Amino acid sequence: MTSNYNFAFLDENTKRMLRRALLKAVAIPGYQVPFGSREMPLPYGWGTGGIQLTAALLGPDDVLKVIDQGADDTTNAVNIRRFFARVAGVTTTDRTTEASVIQTRHRIPETPLREDQILVFQVPEPEPLRTLEPREAETRTLHALADYGLMHVKLYEDIAQYGHIATSYDYPVLVDGRFLTSPSPIPKFDNPKLDHSPALMLFGAGREKRLYAIPPYTRVESLAFEDHPFEIQRWEHQCELCGADESYLDEVIVDDHGSRMFVCSDTDYCGQRCAEQAA
Amino acid sequence: MSALLQVRGLSHHYGLRIGCQDVSFDLHPGELLCIVGESGSGKSTLLKAAAAQLTPSAGSVRYHQRDGAWLDLGELSEADRRRLAREEWGFVTQNPRDGLRLNVSAGANVAERLMALGMRNYGQLRDIARGWLERVEIDPSRIDDAPTAFSGGMQQRLQIARTLVTQPRLVFMDEPTAGLDVSVQARILDLLRRLVNELGLAAVMVTHDLAVARLLAARTMVMQGGRVVETGLTDQILDDPQHPYTQLLVSSVLTT
Repeated sequence: MTSNYNFAFLDENTKRMLRRALLKAVAIPGYQVPFGSREMPLPYGWGTGGIQLTAALLGPDDVLKVIDQGADDTTNAVNIRRFFARVAGVTTTDRTTEASVIQTRHRIPETPLREDQILVFQVPEPEPLRTLEPREAETRTLHALADYGLMHVKLYEDIAQYGHIATSYDYPVLVDGRFLTSPSPIPKFDNPKLDHSPALMLFGAGREKRLYAIPPYTRVESLAFEDHPFEIQRWEHQCELCGADESYLDEVIVDDHGSRMFVCSDTDYCGQRCAEQAA
Repeated sequence: MSALLQVRGLSHHYGLRIGCQDVSFDLHPGELLCIVGESGSGKSTLLKAAAAQLTPSAGSVRYHQRDGAWLDLGELSEADRRRLAREEWGFVTQNPRDGLRLNVSAGANVAERLMALGMRNYGQLRDIARGWLERVEIDPSRIDDAPTAFSGGMQQRLQIARTLVTQPRLVFMDEPTAGLDVSVQARILDLLRRLVNELGLAAVMVTHDLAVARLLAARTMVMQGGRVVETGLTDQILDDPQHPYTQLLVSSVLTT
């Protein structure tokens, strides 16, 4: 641990500001709370929102796991994990079951989460209505009035153009029957894991200076039409490493001749299953 | 029969400039009222103030709801104003590109208000959208085309379909035929007349074209410099104008 920095990089007043915003976010599930986002030692889009939330949450006894697209060994994940190991001196891990705080980009771990765990999402665009309504004042009014017909215009367009709801990630959800919320760019495969999750889910958008929360055991509903219900992705393949047929699969090209294989995107889940099978 | 919309002493000022001044009128169910006047005479300001899109500087607008109660638009909350605009009213803008959502298909444009009302059945939305495209004489096979691929006249008809799809009781129209060529204008006016009759809706329409008023409206109001200078039956006003300004307007119409 480097002693030139305050514990977990941010100063205590900033962490206090963040914690107050987080409390408000938990009190109003799905509501986007503005916060004073700080300059972080890495660029916007690399997870500055998530890092600030993690910094505000970490204590010396926490065990941190960081994943990017489900993997623990990608650049973003490795850097953020090393950052907190350096500035907070916390234990880090690859194991989902051992972690108390998990910062994630684009996935929710396959291993079911517990009540004593917190999942922190990195969010590029917290406003689900943004592509349809560019005015911030207007989207805030729409949230205030729970006037969400607009979101269905997007889903309608999907069906009209592709024959099914083609939105496959960042699939809009309604939290606690009230606030329309972006689940961050997780695949819609993970949307059902948000519903009544035992773990607290926190979302931070550093550039947009917004954070929001889905408290434990909150109803999270993915939007859909009556005759085009919400569906998650399915694969005709199984993971070629661990044989899982219920996890989210990545298609990996393995040579210059177009050969490909399907493997679990969640590396810890896949590794654990392989280890169990070997034992 | 009691009025649908009751406007009393309505004024709107832009700073020191007068938008419209002390305007009063009643609009009855099923009636089409035309507001004519030259540009800058306060027609659009009056329309927007009556439609609660502008907060009037003075005066009141009352609306007779479906349940029989009178609603004072000055005391309306933002939520109620939006609900009214969504469920019971329609607004057709002069430029269809202002009233349409250009980045989604024609079908989505027509269905948007229905979705805002909570309809969540894709097949049903699709059928209604197709029916309405047909009603405004747009080929239903173009339901998935972007409005940008439509001609100006088609865009205007699409906007009319999008506005009328929820069967509003009251429609505000701001020069819906301006900027269109004469044959397209004629078709749109024909269409409007038919729809107004079929649906029995009340409408306030702003226009600078006296022929439009003659064709559609039973009653006409003439505005000049923000004030109403003459009001009465359309034929009476056009055939026997009393106010000098109306006489000027009527005599400036080109006859061939």
